[in-house]
Amino acid sequence: MLPEDRSDLLYHLYSGGGVEIDGPSILVRKKVGSSLSFVGNYYVDMISSASIDVVTTASPYDEERKQWSLGMDYLRGNTTMSMSYTSSVESDFDAKTYSFGISQDMFGDMTTLSLTYAYGDDLVGRSDDPTFERDAKRQLYGIGLTQILTRNLITTLNIETITDEGYLNNPYRTVRYADPNNAIGYSYEPELYPNTRTTNAIGMRARYYLPYRAALQAEYRFFTDTWDITSHTAALSYVHPWRDWVFEIKYRWHDQTGAHFFEDLFARSEATNFRGRDKELSPLTSQTVKFFASYEFMSNGWNFLEKGTVNFSADLLSIDYDEFRDLRGSEPVGEEPLYHLDANIIQIFVSFWY
Amino acid sequence: MKKYGFCKALLIVSLLAGISGCSGIEPWVKPYERDRFADSIMFLDPDPVSSSYLQHVYDAREGARGGEGSAGGGCGCN
Repeated sequence: MLPEDRSDLLYHLYSGGGVEIDGPSILVRKKVGSSLSFVGNYYVDMISSASIDVVTTASPYDEERKQWSLGMDYLRGNTTMSMSYTSSVESDFDAKTYSFGISQDMFGDMTTLSLTYAYGDDLVGRSDDPTFERDAKRQLYGIGLTQILTRNLITTLNIETITDEGYLNNPYRTVRYADPNNAIGYSYEPELYPNTRTTNAIGMRARYYLPYRAALQAEYRFFTDTWDITSHTAALSYVHPWRDWVFEIKYRWHDQTGAHFFEDLFARSEATNFRGRDKELSPLTSQTVKFFASYEFMSNGWNFLEKGTVNFSADLLSIDYDEFRDLRGSEPVGEEPLYHLDANIIQIFVSFWY
Repeated sequence: MKKYGFCKALLIVSLLAGISGCSGIEPWVKPYERDRFADSIMFLDPDPVSSSYLQHVYDAREGARGGEGSAGGGCGCN
């Protein structure tokens, strides 16, 4: 089945940990005839960063990332074929992604099986060195199964393998190592990651229609990779419509182990073959509480429009790091407090169906 | 890995083609019993523009990725 004709105009804001990122995302989807649907998306991140990494090892910076994508879906019988192209551009990072998919409705449309392949081609640069250029390639293999189980329950299962090859670390980020020759007790050197990574994820989602008009959704994902990160992510949400409104509340929990080459403080310079101090690759636990409200207007249509919604979403994200330390104080080396991040993620968007 | 991935995809496509030929399985939830799945509160991804943004945020803040059922894009999240 082809997706609905729809346009969204979204404003997003991420604020927390000294980082502020905001910008628009505009998505337009339109059928042409009965078997073709086109989609376009334009997305901007305007970044103002004085994150914990930046304030302890570098200078605050402003950056802009622009991303656009074009895609097409073609329906033939019970089969939908999709392809898309995405381009993301920053002053020091270019990413291109080509994606292909096929999905098949089966067993009286109770089951949908889908396959996805995507190829990503990244070019990593440095803003302070125009001669610095490194490549990274990414391939994604995905299989998904969506199944109606009862008249009140729908489930989906997704398995994805992603392989990366090339320059995978951040050219600016450093690791710290104990250095008795430095008055503060430690020094910094560039991080060095392996140049390959394979990740595997299996995600499940079930949505249940309650005995009254409301829905409950449960999600779980297991993740593992060749850098020794293992994670569990679970979420539970409740959706409640009231007149022209829909309200949702959601709780999400994520727990991960760290990459084998992560250390907050290495024993000495070049202590290991690979080394990183990226807090996203460290052991951590994150929790998010989401509040969402949507108001439907023009329910009876107007001109060529079928209906519209105006939507507000707030996700309150809280991350506890198990090993990554906050170096802003003056505690003895290795005894600094563990870092904690709180961030607010706000989305305001309007949607139109036609 | 590339060769393995291609073979895996080929095998899955073959299975897909084979399964779709099996018309003997009767749907146990009849089309007229699926009215609740047409209600937007039962959509698995009711607002793709919003969910893809949030997925991008989590990809940048956590070490895990994938398993969400969408191809994703060039992230540039480092």
